Amino acid sequence: MSILINRDTRLVVQGITGNEGMFHTRQMVNYGTNVVAGVTPGKGGEWVLDGKIPVFDSMKIAVEATGANTSIIFVPARFASDAIYEAADAGISLIVCITEGIPVQDMMRVRSYLDQKQCRLVGPNCPGLLSPGQSKVGIIPGDIAIAGNIGVVSRSGTLTYEVLYALKLNHLGVSTCVGIGGDPINGTDFIDVLSMFEGDPHTEKVVMIGEIGGNDEERAAEYISSKMTKPVVSFIAGQTAPPGKRMGHAGAIIEGGSGTAKDKIRALQQAGVKVARHPEEIPHLF
Amino acid sequence: MKIHEYQAKQIFSRYGIPIPRGRVASSADEAKQIAEELGGKVVIKSQVLVGGRGKAGGIRLAKNPSEAEELAAQILSMEIKGLPVRKVLVDEAANIETEIYLGITNDRAARRPVMMASAAGGVEIEEVARVAPEKIIKVHIDPLLGLRDYQARDIAAGIDLPRDYWKSFIAIAHGLWKTYLDSDATLAEINPLVITSDMKLIALDGKMVIDDNALFRHPEFAEMRDLDAEAPLETEARKYGLSYIKLEGDIGCLVNGAGLAMTTMDIIKLYGGEPANFLDIGGGASAEKVTAALRIILSDNNVKAVLLNVFGGITRCDEVAHGIISALNEIQPKIPMVIRLVGTNAEEGQAILANAKMITAQTLVEAAQKAVAVSKGGVA
Repeated sequence: MSILINRDTRLVVQGITGNEGMFHTRQMVNYGTNVVAGVTPGKGGEWVLDGKIPVFDSMKIAVEATGANTSIIFVPARFASDAIYEAADAGISLIVCITEGIPVQDMMRVRSYLDQKQCRLVGPNCPGLLSPGQSKVGIIPGDIAIAGNIGVVSRSGTLTYEVLYALKLNHLGVSTCVGIGGDPINGTDFIDVLSMFEGDPHTEKVVMIGEIGGNDEERAAEYISSKMTKPVVSFIAGQTAPPGKRMGHAGAIIEGGSGTAKDKIRALQQAGVKVARHPEEIPHLF
Repeated sequence: MKIHEYQAKQIFSRYGIPIPRGRVASSADEAKQIAEELGGKVVIKSQVLVGGRGKAGGIRLAKNPSEAEELAAQILSMEIKGLPVRKVLVDEAANIETEIYLGITNDRAARRPVMMASAAGGVEIEEVARVAPEKIIKVHIDPLLGLRDYQARDIAAGIDLPRDYWKSFIAIAHGLWKTYLDSDATLAEINPLVITSDMKLIALDGKMVIDDNALFRHPEFAEMRDLDAEAPLETEARKYGLSYIKLEGDIGCLVNGAGLAMTTMDIIKLYGGEPANFLDIGGGASAEKVTAALRIILSDNNVKAVLLNVFGGITRCDEVAHGIISALNEIQPKIPMVIRLVGTNAEEGQAILANAKMITAQTLVEAAQKAVAVSKGGVA
């Protein structure tokens, strides 16, 4: 089984007619995800993917017409926060935002607004979600993971693929993989996902992939030691990162001496988490 | 992206925050002329994007225009922490009674902006936070509501500001909030905000950092980027949409994805090597991008070996392999290259590279071990 997405997911793709939107819609449909609609303002009435998926001008119309309950966003950074508001106001309960490069002040307003609604955002700047064998809402390659009982949560993209692949090579399967994104302000954090995994009867153990910047991992460590019964294995990227430099992700920066990999690893180890020295070690720590 | 003190203060001033009279100068002559216009004592302040300017002798008080000229000449010939001083700010000197700190930044854990103030101005806020955290008053601001009057008043009261100054302080707090908001700043800081002997509040020094992700709506800042403050290779990388950071080691790294790029650096270190750089080629990997990336890595003379680590997902390995071939043809590198291609179309990619004389690896560990071995002149 899985968290957040499953066979009942009815997905609408925001920005479906763009290059990325189109490419990944095809990938998701091939994986078996139920993509019910697309939205591109100004292109309502068209049909895409060999005439299988209707395109609407707005989220409101798309949700009314198709009963979509989940959205995925591929629109450019300057329009992305608006797309999130639109999805939330249309009554979508799970929004997955792939877009990278959204200004941080936009994200603070988005987060503040969403906190007043019954709506969860995953991302932005994330690879999305994959429940192997059931549903894929995002850009994680479907063939690098097999179904199983390990929950994976990560701030990264290709590093997550690396971990999924290492698990697969060791015949270890995944319940759901959640990419929460590499931005400093996001919709869903480690603790949100860890608590969902803790409550999911089909997830028996968890892999948490963190990186430098902020103190999300430290707070997750506190949560793990006080609330979690399931074993957690972790890896933290950026042990060799110099301070004051943004390492690709907007959120991956060591500032004012805080956010170092060393501090995060120490906090996790004190919480009883086994921390791998490199991703290929993860499958052997369970 | 950081901007200079004089640029930050000009923005403050547009939002009604009082700043000292003064102008920026690129020559001693100009500094003298500004000092003459201002009359009286002036402060000559080096404009470089590093802290500790005062300690380095980059901020000096001049009693008259000819002294201003002399000191400006000195400061303009200095390097502070490796950065050449190209401009000085010539400000009229203030008679300082009290120094206050006032700043706004993003509180990542609280997911909202925080306004901070301290009666201990003039020292770095990080230092105050370390030795006397109770002296910092913090107020979180609802990003949808903005700064409220009562919050600014609470801050004034919290730092024991005499009531006579509240009105002007609150106006400055609002000005700073608007500066932060309209500029998409991640930091807007007045340090010190001083009370002068004639009972005025003035922003004596200013610092601003702008959110790189927001530059698309601020063309005015793009022009302010000070290229002295970053390594030339980092500037070059940005042109190609590459994220590159130079480090001190000798194993160049070319990776797709930021998290995996950091991990590749870490594992090199774990197996006894030293990474020469962080480099994320991002999504997609056109021949042009791979070529630019390889050229940038190899223009660092410390590099003795290169590790290319690509996990194909959406980016296909065969695409990357074509990019690598065309890069190799153009650059003809003389040093050993270790390559690991995994994921989407990895086999096709490996076939394309079969004749490229590269050392191949299957796992991350194997790739790191081989790269470390060849970087030390050994055999993989």
